[in-house]
Amino acid sequence: MVIYIFRRLLYAIPVLFVISILVFVTIHLPPGDPISKLLENMRLQQNITFSQQDLDMMRARYGLDDPIPIQYVKWIGNILLHGDFGYSFTKRAPSEQVISDLLGMTIAVSVASLIFTWVVALPIGILSAVKQYSFADYFFSFVGLIGLAIPSFLMALIILYLGVSVGKVSLTGLFSSPEIEHAPWDLAKIGDLLKHLWLPMVIIGTSGTAGLIRILRANLLDELHKPYVDTARAKGMPEWRILLKYPLRHAMNPFVSGFAYLLPGLVAGEAIVAQILNLQTEGPALLNALLNLDVFLAAGFLLILSLLTVIGTLISDILLAWLDPRIRYGN
Amino acid sequence: MTVPQMPQRAATDVPTELAETETRFEVASQWQLIWWKFRKHRLAVISLWVVVALYIISFFAGFFAPKTADPSNLQTPRYTPPGYAEQSRYVNAPPMPIYWIDDGVFAPYVYGYKKSRDPKTLEETFVIDYDRKIKLGFFVRGDIYMVGLHGIPISPLNNLKVTWDVHFFGPINPADPFYPFGADDVGRDMLSRLIYASQVSLSVGLVGVVLSMLLGVFLGGLSGLIGGWLDNLIQRMIEILRSIPDIPLWMALAVAVPPKTDPVLVYFGITIILSLLRWTDMARVVRGRFLSLREEDFILAAKLDGVPTRRIVMRHMVPSFMSHIIASMTLAIPGMILGESALSFLGIGLRAPVVSWGVMLNKAINVADIAQLPWMLLPGAAIFITILVYNFLGDGLRDATDPYH
Repeated sequence: MVIYIFRRLLYAIPVLFVISILVFVTIHLPPGDPISKLLENMRLQQNITFSQQDLDMMRARYGLDDPIPIQYVKWIGNILLHGDFGYSFTKRAPSEQVISDLLGMTIAVSVASLIFTWVVALPIGILSAVKQYSFADYFFSFVGLIGLAIPSFLMALIILYLGVSVGKVSLTGLFSSPEIEHAPWDLAKIGDLLKHLWLPMVIIGTSGTAGLIRILRANLLDELHKPYVDTARAKGMPEWRILLKYPLRHAMNPFVSGFAYLLPGLVAGEAIVAQILNLQTEGPALLNALLNLDVFLAAGFLLILSLLTVIGTLISDILLAWLDPRIRYGN
Repeated sequence: MTVPQMPQRAATDVPTELAETETRFEVASQWQLIWWKFRKHRLAVISLWVVVALYIISFFAGFFAPKTADPSNLQTPRYTPPGYAEQSRYVNAPPMPIYWIDDGVFAPYVYGYKKSRDPKTLEETFVIDYDRKIKLGFFVRGDIYMVGLHGIPISPLNNLKVTWDVHFFGPINPADPFYPFGADDVGRDMLSRLIYASQVSLSVGLVGVVLSMLLGVFLGGLSGLIGGWLDNLIQRMIEILRSIPDIPLWMALAVAVPPKTDPVLVYFGITIILSLLRWTDMARVVRGRFLSLREEDFILAAKLDGVPTRRIVMRHMVPSFMSHIIASMTLAIPGMILGESALSFLGIGLRAPVVSWGVMLNKAINVADIAQLPWMLLPGAAIFITILVYNFLGDGLRDATDPYH
């Protein structure tokens, strides 16, 4: 097991390396130059004009005249050696500081959505499989398909609309007021966060839930008709125990590996839903950084979001190996 | 001699019918078998018809839309549609309910709007003007439009130079306002815009899926056929691509498509971006099929007969998993449509003057607006219906092509 975990960890390194190259190249694709964009913004806001000399000085300062491979090596080197993600032109702060400010909320929303997905999908999946073709099975299959077909951003819009028109409440944001948001963490703040967290959790989690219910139902149906289930039943084992002890454990297998493909989807869904719900997470900040050619901040965000999913995949692989000895001892 | 034959005939009389249906199945081609199985899936068959209807409406958008999509941006020179001057009076007008029966006869009509001030808030509101009855009809003469894919920014397709003015349904007098789904923020008819927008929204899915299929089949095929280090490399590449969250990467790539360029480039840029991340599923399916087919007896037989590899692949392997590819393509289309809508909704995908459902939804990004103008969410309903029917259709196709269930 230890060897397996070690091997998986080692394998994650080249993956992250390739992702970092991809991210860096992608960020440098847009035409235009971050410094001229920055100076242009400053000119518009504060009416300060800059000379070509200032521009060249800034470019040299941030190494923007180097060829892309050299820039990449400097960038990744600074991240690995000093934890320095580069300077954010729009936020006027080190990128790593901006990212870490938002990272906690991003993880909180993603993990909450993941838990929602599991908690909802597990009982419904079991129910649909055990009571196949029952009213509940049809009902949840139908709701699941609807959930799959509604884009998360559309669902967010509809819920916000209902909130405003029916309930006369604004459901945006993660905290009730900016004062609470900037207050130090205490029980009241956590309570306030939980009061707002359920909405993004439900919206982001729903599409994943529908997919997971279908997988669990199909897997469980395959297992339920195998002879070992009949044997257990013939020996007089209680129905619930048969279910939980054997077939469910088999069917849970893809449930855990689903973690690996669920997570990128959750992070991606979060990026767009956060935009509408006005959440202080990485999604809206990334879009803003991209639009303003804030290259270092945008690259940092993309890298961190990818890192999150790679770590998620790693955890799911390890869980799977723990659950299923065939993976541990196989090739 | 004939005597022993008689009972034999009598005995086989009943089973012949069975045998006939059996031989029908035995001689049926793979596609026929798939079609028979597909037909049993009611929801999928209905969805197939809905998809066909959507594409027909979309292809003949000018005919099915009661008005032009964007009168201010007409490509027909020196043409102002009748009623254009009045358009500004109907900014953000709510949907007009259609009354089908007038005085006991079938004669559809709507009432016009007049503006009045709310006595409490002094806000301008639309009030139904019962004095103005706008008569509607089928196959009426209205705005002049160009036949063809007017909404798609590819010049030969939207510039056929064939114009017509007959509309499927609309006001009998072309100058009359008609807003069955409400008006947008410059007084354009939402229904007409929805229909024109479907040209882009529905085609992005198709074009994107074909691109990702080409990539997926090529790379997946290489992976499955040649194997070895190449297989390893492609598999690792797929794993890496799958571990990057798609929407953030799409956002980064979409920003790289300069907004001021030719709409054609933006359209293809966005489509290529969508397919760049979505070919991986296709490649996995193809690779899996190649690997399992390699072990089949009929492939071995072909090899022993000295059939060249290229012919084995094109003639024996590809046809045997074509149906699977079509099923996975159908299931991949909703993701593409969703991706385009999401990017355009955020304002980094397609932009006006190109009109797609995502571009239209972009107007609804402000919550305060949708509370006042809920019909701005209608493009979302169009996206929802399209994705739903494609999912049903894809499910039906997948079940029909799976020989083990």
